[in-house]
Amino acid sequence: MSELNKAMVNKYRNDFLKEVEANVEEGDWVKMCMQCGVCSGSCPFGPYWEHPPQEIFMMIRAGKRDDVLKSESMWMCTSCYNCIVRCPRELPITHIMHGLANYAHRLGIAPKMNPTRRFAKLFWKNITKGGRVNELKLSIGLYFMDGFSNGIKKGLEMLPVGLGMVKTGRLNPFALLGGGKCKGAGDIHKMLKKAQEIENRRKGFAS
Amino acid sequence: MADAVATNETILVVGGGISGMTAALEAAECGKDVVLVEKNPSLGGRVSQLYKYFPKLCHPTCGMEINLRRIKANKRLRVLTLAQVEKVEGSPGDYAVTIKVSPRYVNENCTACGACAEAVSAEIDNSYNYNLNKMKAAYLPFTMAYPQRYVLDPSIIGTPEADKAKAACKYGAIDLGMQERSLTLKVGAIVWATGWRPYDAAKIQPYGYDRFDNVITSVEFERMMDPFGPTAGRLVRPSDGKEAKNVAFIQCAGSRDRNHLKHCSRICCMASLKQSTYVNEKFGDQAQSTIYYIDIRAIDRLEDFYQKVRANPTVKFVKSKVANVTEDRATGDVILHGVDTEGYHRYDNRHDLCVLAVGMEPSVDAHSIAAGVHADVSGFIDAGMANGAIFGAGCATNALDVNRAVQSATAASLRAIQVINKVSGAEV
Repeated sequence: MSELNKAMVNKYRNDFLKEVEANVEEGDWVKMCMQCGVCSGSCPFGPYWEHPPQEIFMMIRAGKRDDVLKSESMWMCTSCYNCIVRCPRELPITHIMHGLANYAHRLGIAPKMNPTRRFAKLFWKNITKGGRVNELKLSIGLYFMDGFSNGIKKGLEMLPVGLGMVKTGRLNPFALLGGGKCKGAGDIHKMLKKAQEIENRRKGFAS
Repeated sequence: MADAVATNETILVVGGGISGMTAALEAAECGKDVVLVEKNPSLGGRVSQLYKYFPKLCHPTCGMEINLRRIKANKRLRVLTLAQVEKVEGSPGDYAVTIKVSPRYVNENCTACGACAEAVSAEIDNSYNYNLNKMKAAYLPFTMAYPQRYVLDPSIIGTPEADKAKAACKYGAIDLGMQERSLTLKVGAIVWATGWRPYDAAKIQPYGYDRFDNVITSVEFERMMDPFGPTAGRLVRPSDGKEAKNVAFIQCAGSRDRNHLKHCSRICCMASLKQSTYVNEKFGDQAQSTIYYIDIRAIDRLEDFYQKVRANPTVKFVKSKVANVTEDRATGDVILHGVDTEGYHRYDNRHDLCVLAVGMEPSVDAHSIAAGVHADVSGFIDAGMANGAIFGAGCATNALDVNRAVQSATAASLRAIQVINKVSGAEV
């Protein structure tokens, strides 16, 4: 158990709803859910979720902390916003799902091998490095996410597409060596660091 | 009747539905002068379009008949139909109300024999049946209409159709020269009872009311049960006329939804419970009703009715707000999709017919009645000192069932009587 996770368990004990309200992005909306089920029914990925949003909200209120935070469910959200559009109480469900995923990740209890989490990490590392996405490195990183031989296989599969993109000037093979950074990458790092500090202070996390 | 003389001791009642009729009668029977204005050609309002009342399942025509007898017997009550309030000015005890009276083209000689309707061939949408069928352009609004007098639709005026109607009338009742008139009444107090209208179901996009024939509203379902209604009292699907034995009811269609009506319309739960008994009435044990709900709001003694329906094995309850409705093109069946709250089971349920229990919205936005009138967020009249002697009654004030609308109307009438008593000096 991470230190942060231990601290939060101690602080909130039996009141997971309070914990969510205080620490999860848009978490204070959870209590507004009236359990009508429109979000779950409207989700295009609905059949593949272990717990649909409506159930997650009920689990939060029932204090099922581990079941929620260790769940793969909220990582399934593709941000289609169907649920937000239809929710009769205007809950920002998409944002709450991402908030829960992010919180679980920060506590270090999100499912380790969840592909969405791993890709999100990859993307974050990629974009924050130079302030701009290096698409070539990102896609290669994605191919090799599941091991070296898988990466080679996937890379070869995509080779014709890649070559076509090089030919039409849509892809610069030298991006593999770096480059494509924005001018003030250092300043972006400073801004992100400051933002992180502010968020930690607001949510009471030790930085 | 059009030359109604009114003074500042007169009470004006706007709206001739069950609430307006009640308010007008209570005041008139207390000895006050009352003018009742109704924009339609007949009194009766939405109650006259119901097949049965909940929870007793008796027929509204019965109560309507009693009220009409009271109206006919009362000399202090004057009724203006096809009349609409245009402007309200003044203060308690001294209002000037401008009223537009549309021509009926039929005078009081009419005996309701129906010869004009037989002579005319032009047809118009039958608004009494929520446009589910057509009627002749010379028509009696419905069998219990009051006044019991035909109407010519303005669309045939100036055409040979109107001349045919005139020629067919043996009593000289058709007057094609009638004009729209405007009159100003002086009144002391106003009871505003303009009632409600069903929420526009086409706005609830995922339910496909505008796309699928077999998705209808609860008010349309109600009309189908009338033996004189658009389907002659048969419960059939609009798409193919097949008997609708397997009926789905979707609750909160538009109500309790910040994208549509913010309020709970209160009556729809009971209306669907009642309508599930209609399916049994037609098909007995063959009937299958499914009610999709967030929670059933059957208040007070109405809970007994809910328990009775709940015990009926042909009625199923699914605790879930339906996410969307699709149509099976081959059969015309509707398929309801969603996830239920009792176990989070995903369902795709097939039904013959889907009835949307649509919410109530006020017919007239209370903001537009007169300067200063309090309105709530949905446009219902809120009580308040700034309203002066304009008193809301029935569904103009809130989403109410008939029982509560009548209570509200009686209360409004009593408030109007107090104002008139002050004006006349009977009370200080």
